[in-house]
Amino acid sequence: MTESLPALRLANITKRFGKLVANDGISLELGTGEVLALLGENGAGKSTLVSILFGHYVADEGHIEVFGQPLPPGNPKAALAAGVGMVHQHFALADNLSVLDNVLLGSEPLWQPFSRRRAARARLIDTANRFGLGVNPDARVATLSVGERQRVEILKALYRGARILILDEPTAVLTPQESESLFTTLATLVTEGLSVIFISHKLDEVLRVSARVAVLRGGRLVSVRNTEHTTKTELAELMVGRSVTLPTREPRPHGDLVLSLSGVHAAHAGKTLLDDVGLMVRAGEIVGIAGVSGNGQHALADLLCGTLAADRGEVSVSGQTMRANPRDWIARRVARIPEDRHAVGVVGDLPVWENAVSERLHLPAFSRAGIVRGRTARDFTRRLVTQFDVRLSGIDVPARVLSGGNMQKLILGRALSVAGEGVTPTLIVANQPTWGLDIGAVAYVHRCLLDAAAAGAAVLVISEDLDELFAIADRIAVMFKGRLGPALPTEGCSRAAIGLAMAGSTASNTEGAPLHAA
Amino acid sequence: MRLESRTEYSRRAMLFAPIVAILVTLAVCALLVAWAGAPVGQTYALLFDGAFGSRFAFAETLTRATPLILTGLAAAVAFRARLFNIGAEGQLYLGALAAVAVGGMHGGSTFDLPLPLLSALMIAAGAAAGALWLLGPAWMKLKLGVDEVVTTLLLNFVALLLVSMMLDGPMKDPLAMGWPQSVALDPELEFSRLIERSRVHSGLLMAVGLAILMWLIERFTTFGFALRAVGANNRAAAFAGLPVGRTVLLCALLSGALAGLAGVGEVAGRASYVTTDMSPGYGYAGIVIAMLAGLHPLGVLLAALFVAAVQVGADSMSRVVGVPNFIADVIVATALLTMLVATLLTRYRIRWGRA
Amino acid sequence: MMDFLTTLFDMLGSASFWVATLRVATPLILGTLGVLICERAGVLNLGIEGIMVAGAFTGWLAVFNGADLWTGVLVAGLVGGAFGLLHAVLTVWLTVSQHVAGLGVTLLATSLSAFAYRVSFPQVSTPPTIEAFAPLESLADLPLIGPVLAGQTSLTLLAIALVPAIAYLLYRTPMGLALRMVGENPAAAEGQGVDVIAVRTGAVIAGSMLMGLAGAFLTLSAFNAFFFNMINGRGWICVALVVFASWRPGKALLGAVLFAAFDAAQLRLQQAGGVLPYQIYLMLPYLLSILALIVMARRAAYPQALMKPYRKGER
Repeated sequence: MTESLPALRLANITKRFGKLVANDGISLELGTGEVLALLGENGAGKSTLVSILFGHYVADEGHIEVFGQPLPPGNPKAALAAGVGMVHQHFALADNLSVLDNVLLGSEPLWQPFSRRRAARARLIDTANRFGLGVNPDARVATLSVGERQRVEILKALYRGARILILDEPTAVLTPQESESLFTTLATLVTEGLSVIFISHKLDEVLRVSARVAVLRGGRLVSVRNTEHTTKTELAELMVGRSVTLPTREPRPHGDLVLSLSGVHAAHAGKTLLDDVGLMVRAGEIVGIAGVSGNGQHALADLLCGTLAADRGEVSVSGQTMRANPRDWIARRVARIPEDRHAVGVVGDLPVWENAVSERLHLPAFSRAGIVRGRTARDFTRRLVTQFDVRLSGIDVPARVLSGGNMQKLILGRALSVAGEGVTPTLIVANQPTWGLDIGAVAYVHRCLLDAAAAGAAVLVISEDLDELFAIADRIAVMFKGRLGPALPTEGCSRAAIGLAMAGSTASNTEGAPLHAA
Repeated sequence: MRLESRTEYSRRAMLFAPIVAILVTLAVCALLVAWAGAPVGQTYALLFDGAFGSRFAFAETLTRATPLILTGLAAAVAFRARLFNIGAEGQLYLGALAAVAVGGMHGGSTFDLPLPLLSALMIAAGAAAGALWLLGPAWMKLKLGVDEVVTTLLLNFVALLLVSMMLDGPMKDPLAMGWPQSVALDPELEFSRLIERSRVHSGLLMAVGLAILMWLIERFTTFGFALRAVGANNRAAAFAGLPVGRTVLLCALLSGALAGLAGVGEVAGRASYVTTDMSPGYGYAGIVIAMLAGLHPLGVLLAALFVAAVQVGADSMSRVVGVPNFIADVIVATALLTMLVATLLTRYRIRWGRA
Repeated sequence: MMDFLTTLFDMLGSASFWVATLRVATPLILGTLGVLICERAGVLNLGIEGIMVAGAFTGWLAVFNGADLWTGVLVAGLVGGAFGLLHAVLTVWLTVSQHVAGLGVTLLATSLSAFAYRVSFPQVSTPPTIEAFAPLESLADLPLIGPVLAGQTSLTLLAIALVPAIAYLLYRTPMGLALRMVGENPAAAEGQGVDVIAVRTGAVIAGSMLMGLAGAFLTLSAFNAFFFNMINGRGWICVALVVFASWRPGKALLGAVLFAAFDAAQLRLQQAGGVLPYQIYLMLPYLLSILALIVMARRAAYPQALMKPYRKGER
């Protein structure tokens, strides 16, 4: 922290969306050469605040100064010119264009009749070397790894001369080791005099990288703490504002073998998605699949939801060989929770009640001879929304108007009733079940999964969030490049070993067993 | 300017959308009428009069509405599943051709069948011809990812050339003195008249009946649910276990059949033979009708009546004042665009200035 | 077989065949480039068919009313641009379905042209004519390509010259990069200070101007009068050709010429008195377009944001 002019000053920023107050009178300063962490739950107003800062939104009240100069609102161009750079959580890159193209965009006057590509290329390489962010300028972005893409994102900002860098949940898609490398980069940036806003909801990394922590809750700035003088517990309490105790697992008896995969291989368009995957999940057991996004988890989830066919290998549930047809899986009482709620979980334009029965509409419970039993379906939906605490104004509203948490509860309810009301599913396949949910909803989802396991369901959870897996999984397996390592008891796993396996390293865990497939 | 999603949703707004769209359309087209040098009020009055002013005019409007209801339904059901069938024009012609092939060749005695059976066969053949013509593009969309808009559009030209070829060849009317028209349908197979001394035929009953049937299917059956789900979000539909491919293909068959039936109706109810100019763009107007109706099968009935009235009224009006009857096409096209905007505004609100 | 090959080689060797080919190709080149610019920016423009009609009509009308030929071309371009603006307002600003809006623009442009034609010429039975662009006979002395170019008009040369110009614009200028970026990832473009709405609007207008020119070629160069059905699906064929060309200007030229060569060849076969009904030959261009779509379907690398509306602040 320096005593001089702050790099950035937010004064009394307020932003409303209809009735919702997303940011409520937030005032905050960022010192030059400082890393300030912005901590808060999903929905606390972090994204809105940086969107205002970067000109995607205009605040209803308040103003922003960058190095003492007022920043014109609602203009990303002005933010860029003032030296504010943004690294989005979902990378803002064009996959089909080269790294150079992605970086060069917007750096030259639009009407200039030529592009100085050679000079730009040299300058890009120069910038990359200075900050230790090596990347090939001519590579197509589609061919880069997640870590490399993030480097391109940072380079984009640096190339434009950013003095203030905003990183939105930058570690969400990285391995622990890649995260470490990012932290090193941040240290270099700070030495070079840049100021950094680091947005996160993960307490450990906030404590690790920042000088100060600003905690947001419900759109308000609840506290700003010096990192050295705070603790994880204190920050957690500030962030949540109430005592939410996440449920934890207890020892449960494991029953018969339910899900069994052996030698499963799947490919699409010449690319191997799953490579000799084997896995066993028993009744009453929760198995977690860890891994960096893009290492085959999508394919594994699709396979276990019946929407992807294996080229080779055996997939069975309770001893029955399964076909690649969702109805087959539904018939075998498999509860399926997809990763993308909006795109895959529900048909947003159709009413809630139709979404609630969509999986089982063809069954005699909800239709006869192709005619839908509307009253039965609606009655079922009413009970379901009550039981799973889905808050809505009526079961006839389109599903798209539900909030993320309520939508996930609807999907959860639908999935868990796959075997009929009050009947425990045989198997639950949950892909990123708590992504983007606030902590209350996370606790709810975890509770449901733990209860289902206690009632005898076999549960498979695919998650990029290691904390989640350590909290609820009995065993954890790591996926890397389409191969699945052995599922080892959570007690015997160290975070470091899992991280190494996520990065494809062949190092062993504490007990000497390799964590990923040979 | 930016768009803001409306969080509440209103049935009333969706009912008002087409009315507002049509009013805006008439206001815009008034400028063209004025440009053509005609008094706007009188022109619109004549147009209305020409469509509804007399028993004869209304009968003409109903006759015109018959194929429009069917092509409107064809577009509505296809668009519901997000299958952009722009080929109703071609499917209509093939339906007409197939009807004559069954009921007109060799004086209708191709198949030695009792009349009701032959009549049913004629209708089925028309429906099948339209359905099969759309099956190819639908299959290419599903299996190869080829955009069905372009393929169905291109196939319209192929269909018309096919008809022209048949009219020059095996289905040529030997008595037509060189006019490109097909042999006539066996008179016994022609649809009965619904109103004395008019051209309104029982094809209208078939069209209205099919509209009601389509509504029942979409609303109350599992297939109807699959249709809507696939159209609104096919990934979610596939995840829920709905048979996406089968639904799209069935929808294509249904849509093509409806357009084919429009052709059957024109031959059996009105013209009794096929010519290459028998449809003044019924297939394309069907798209406008479907959009005006918000893809609702019962709404199609009203929308088709509106378009038919504009077309029939414009013909009659243009004979009195010097406004070319092409104004009808302009009104229909403008209505499509205003309806698109009106529908959007039921879901989004425009905010001026920056976010 | 030998006979056929001899005929084929005779045809490919004759200047008149290539003269005809380039003449058929010109509107396709212009139209395909127009579609390409729109789609590279992420907007499908099915208005092309109607915009070509409007360009053909208004360009011709201007010349008929005493304007010189290049003014006619300009008018056609501007009218095309105006319909492009309409399409952009609908699809880029208001984000309605690009498919349906494009069809609407086609229906509107076609019907407006017919309406305006009838208002302007209420009585005529035979279409009035103009003095069209003359072939560039002075180029006849150029080696090899001289005889082929001598049969063309300035508009054809303009169309061919536009290919490298547009390639340069797309791949070597900041504007071209911005245009490609808004068609691949509009949110990323916005984040780097590019106004997505403005770039897309500009691209749709520019592309539509080319479509207007494509139409004007038919009334100001290929023929000298305006007929109602003169576009006859050429616009749709351009939409197919862009897929065939993988959204690259050079390949668009190649595709248009290849296509035109087929068309010119079938015309010759038809004139030579083929055994098949003439309708079969006339079907070929449409079937060929569908075939091109099928062949390219598997490997088509669509601009990632094609047909995806961009609404600011929506993720």
